[in-house]
Amino acid sequence: MSTTYIGIKTLLRKEVTRIIRIWSQTLLPPAITMTLYFVIFGNLIGSRIGEMGGFDYMSFIVPGLVMMAVITSSYGNMVSSFFGAKFAKHVEELLVSPMPNWAILAGYVSGSLFRGLSVGLIVTLISLFFTDIQVHNVWIILSTVVLTSIVFSLGGFINAAFANKFDDIAIIPTFVLTPLTYLGGVFYSITLLPDFWQKVSLINPVLYMVNTFRYGFLGVSDINLGVAYGIIIAFVLILGFCSWYILHKGIGLRS
Amino acid sequence: METALAINNLVKTYKDGTQALKGVDLTVNAGEIFALLGPNGAGKSTMIGIIASLVNATSGEVKVFGKDLYSDRQAVKSMIGLVPQEFNFNMFEKPVDIVANQAGYYGVPREEALVRTEKYLKQLQLWDKKDSVSRGLSGGMKRRLMIARAMVNEPKLLILDEPTAGVDIEIRRSMWSFVEEIAEQGTTIILTTHYLEEAEQLCKNIAIIDHGEIVRNTTIKELLKTLDVETFIFDLDHHPDDALLQALGAVHKDDCSIELDVPKSKNLNSVFKTIDQAGYQVSSMRNKANRLEELFVKMIENNGGQA
Repeated sequence: MSTTYIGIKTLLRKEVTRIIRIWSQTLLPPAITMTLYFVIFGNLIGSRIGEMGGFDYMSFIVPGLVMMAVITSSYGNMVSSFFGAKFAKHVEELLVSPMPNWAILAGYVSGSLFRGLSVGLIVTLISLFFTDIQVHNVWIILSTVVLTSIVFSLGGFINAAFANKFDDIAIIPTFVLTPLTYLGGVFYSITLLPDFWQKVSLINPVLYMVNTFRYGFLGVSDINLGVAYGIIIAFVLILGFCSWYILHKGIGLRS
Repeated sequence: METALAINNLVKTYKDGTQALKGVDLTVNAGEIFALLGPNGAGKSTMIGIIASLVNATSGEVKVFGKDLYSDRQAVKSMIGLVPQEFNFNMFEKPVDIVANQAGYYGVPREEALVRTEKYLKQLQLWDKKDSVSRGLSGGMKRRLMIARAMVNEPKLLILDEPTAGVDIEIRRSMWSFVEEIAEQGTTIILTTHYLEEAEQLCKNIAIIDHGEIVRNTTIKELLKTLDVETFIFDLDHHPDDALLQALGAVHKDDCSIELDVPKSKNLNSVFKTIDQAGYQVSSMRNKANRLEELFVKMIENNGGQA
């Protein structure tokens, strides 16, 4: 077993232990929030909305809500874990070690992926109490959720690297992430919007992720799947390179 | 003799313009315990930070056991263990996890990592605390935990940045024994400390850094030779009068003790003779322990700073 692989595995084990140890902060809140969404938007309001994209409203929003939980959890895990390590200086344990920068990044991303996918699974299981889930293409579901989780883990890493105080890690989720998610087609099909707003919606990357994920379940999407995958993979590559560069130069980490 | 650390013209200028290191040259031989002394803000921690890859140097060269820090950073990192000045572990983790995980970051397989963790936690008397939350450990325990963590990758070069700050004398002495033990096993140790007695006790060679420059790099023996005066404390059988103090040029220390600076050129017999003639008995005598400290303060003051 290579020494780098052992390092990544150790970092992942540390992250998983942390996520499980503080499960009431990491796994429980999205379960409660999403249950409320299912009850209020799905059952109470959804029953009056009727169909959306050819499906009952509850079936339509389940993939979007699962994806929303995955995005929030992946980002939140990375930003809190990495900024916490930076703030308390125990990130130095990694910086002095011979782990290559890409391996440090891979370890942290794996941890966030674990939390994102765990939360996604929990929310999916909760949704079974409210509706029957159909699966159109399991590979599209899995690939989209994994890639999306990686994108937002990397985004969280960049946020944490530049953050100097706890306020700095709250600004992006509040003012950027939440609007992007709510306007990313979780609750509606963009075909309901006027032409102009449809075009504006297309600059929101979350739209591509939610629609591809929804296609995996329902077989319907507002956008072309090839374009969606291209955009998601481009985000993985660009944010991945930026994160590696931050570690390489020690931006926010080394004076 | 093999060179453990070779630093050549190392410069560090921070973004705010502060020049922390102004072209430092330093060589540390393999297998020795080397003392690095200097007042606060002298540049010690910056230099250690650069060696440990926590601070980016502005220019200069650093080689650890012949490997260049910039062209072979992974190899250099794998040879170093660092005990920093400030606590830098996750306070919510258990000591056993902190130490074993550090081994993992250095590529030590889990099974072996746990064996080493047990070994070093036991050596540093922390094994019974292995499953406690680290936040609850005492200051001395936290410091020993950082030493165990730094040792778990079995480094060739161990850097201890004020390892005994804030620990009681008993633990300090047990840590000295541990440092001597690992040095005997072949680990090179660089020690920064404010306890000059510690440097005198453990180290053979010493560098004094001030204002980002090495102002002295020699053996402790040579350094102490430069002291031309030694201070002795004499405990007398009764309270000394002014006549005796004047005759000796001594200072009244407390009830029956006097403190006296004796130039190296002067024979101690004459001191005893004067005391005897004045009708006093010397019940005990000792050398004042802070010889190095006096020298250090003088050196820093001569360099225009405050120790």
